[in-house]
Amino acid sequence: MASATTAPPGTPALPPVAAQSFLGFTRAQAIALLLMIAALIVCPFFLYPQFLMKLLCFALFACAFNLLIGYVGLLSFGHAAYFGMGSYVAAHAAKVWGLTPELAILLGGASGAVLGLAFGWIAIRRQGIYFAMITLALAQMVYFFCLQAPFTHGEDGIQAIPRGHLLGLIDLRADMSLYWFIAGLFLAGFLLIHRIIHSPFGQVLTAIRENEPRATSLGYRTDDYKLVAFVLSAGIAGIAGGAKSIVVGIATLTDVHWTMSGEVVLMSLLGGLGTLFGPVLGAATIVSMQTYLAPFGAWVTVIQGCIFVLCVLAFRAGIVGEIGRMLRVRL
Amino acid sequence: MVSFQPRRRRSGNEADRVRDYILETEGLTKEFRGFVAVSDVSLRIRRGSIHGLIGPNGAGKTTCFNLLTKFMQPTRGVIRYDGRDITRMPPARVARLGLVRSFQISAVFPHLTVLENVRIALQRERGGSYDFWRSDAVLRRYDERAMALLGDVGLTTYAQAPAGTLPYGRKRALEIATTLALEPVLMLLDEPTAGMTHEDVDRIVELVRRVAQGRTVLMVEHNLKVVEGLCDAITVLTRGRVLAEGPYAEVSRNPEVIAAYLGSDPSVSGGSQGGVAAHA
Repeated sequence: MASATTAPPGTPALPPVAAQSFLGFTRAQAIALLLMIAALIVCPFFLYPQFLMKLLCFALFACAFNLLIGYVGLLSFGHAAYFGMGSYVAAHAAKVWGLTPELAILLGGASGAVLGLAFGWIAIRRQGIYFAMITLALAQMVYFFCLQAPFTHGEDGIQAIPRGHLLGLIDLRADMSLYWFIAGLFLAGFLLIHRIIHSPFGQVLTAIRENEPRATSLGYRTDDYKLVAFVLSAGIAGIAGGAKSIVVGIATLTDVHWTMSGEVVLMSLLGGLGTLFGPVLGAATIVSMQTYLAPFGAWVTVIQGCIFVLCVLAFRAGIVGEIGRMLRVRL
Repeated sequence: MVSFQPRRRRSGNEADRVRDYILETEGLTKEFRGFVAVSDVSLRIRRGSIHGLIGPNGAGKTTCFNLLTKFMQPTRGVIRYDGRDITRMPPARVARLGLVRSFQISAVFPHLTVLENVRIALQRERGGSYDFWRSDAVLRRYDERAMALLGDVGLTTYAQAPAGTLPYGRKRALEIATTLALEPVLMLLDEPTAGMTHEDVDRIVELVRRVAQGRTVLMVEHNLKVVEGLCDAITVLTRGRVLAEGPYAEVSRNPEVIAAYLGSDPSVSGGSQGGVAAHA
């Protein structure tokens, strides 16, 4: 970095195209992506698929959240609303309407996006902490709606959601069949987010994050870009929620509770904000802790809190952020 | 197409005025909770000219600038750009009409490369870049023009460096290249030489002179030497009001202007306190 600025004036210009990038992935990112795909293929033979599927749903949720905070600089503190609404709508669609799982999940994503459009439109006009508080307040409204609305069954939630047949053809009752479907869904969502970041739209988003008044002065209606990003993030969160309800078989108030919004912040922060792989690793860490430390009961929350404090104090860039800094690559 | 034409006809009709003046304000006023920052300012910026907006600290120059670029809403008054009332337009819209501003603190996108900084502006001509499904490889077609613009401001060698790592003077040059990429009709520069070393100042002055060809420039500037050498006309603001307007040589002899500068804090004129006084 520093060498470029001190280059003597006579040196010829570097080629304007970063030749080492492949589909927008740097070399390090491409290696990490291959490792991740390999892990997706190998892990179900060693670990409990049910656990892995849940992990992937939360990983996708965290990636969607990271799209907003890491690349647009918007801290939404109400992402549980989109995740939870996606979860309920997909559950209802699969159980009551008898939709195939992929349609149910898509419908969950659509409901997240619609909710995101309404809430984003209100929240986007405010900055910083006010933005976070408005998103939280709106998400609380969704929580109380879900507590009262008849189709969510209040405290009971929607239970015994059928996994159904993929496209009406492939039976997903076997864990491994469902696993491949969820793994594919996660990978598609992950790649979509990567594409959003590395699109002409993503360039404008980055510019807005870096210097919003300057982006405005170049003629960009920054609020519109932020709103589109918000809707995309909420939509992907809805898909993650829908997938989760199909995987676990229940949709409950936990999915829309504000602690879920806090958990996704923790996942992204732990993994590394604004990194491509950080939220995935962060979600993996948190979900693993919740699963394997379950015997400790309420202590899990305490341990999580300690890890959070440690993370903020010792490695602020998150796990992936710190690794990237050590290896001097972008991950 | 927007070059200054000295031709004048003896009629005050609207069309003629629009042809002569690219930007006009009438009774422009901005109040902040009872404090009047800009009061009843009427400006006329001649097409193809370099117009300076000067005044002591706190005179309301930057507020005025923010009003003209629509980053602030005026309390009262009208702003006409190219014969069109822009008083209530949002800032992004005004920018798309060709009225593009720079900022006092250098405004680059620090984590984007120098090339990408310029490309963000060139990308404007695609319209709204809402296509999140397309690869950013489509933006490579702007690379050539971005490099040409960087060449114009002497930044070719820095193309791949993150903009945040550039030295201060180069950041200002990059900002001008980014502004130029929009092919502005009217460029508004907010203190382009603020906080610069002497050689950097000279370089920016040369650059502004060059890029002013075929367009209009309105600049806020503290350094009177820069104003004297560059501007065709100046407007002096004090306490939010227009004190004097006209060519530098004329205005700088105005006793009220001298009093405003020397009477307040002479240091505001930076390294060239002699500027106004010398003409007295």
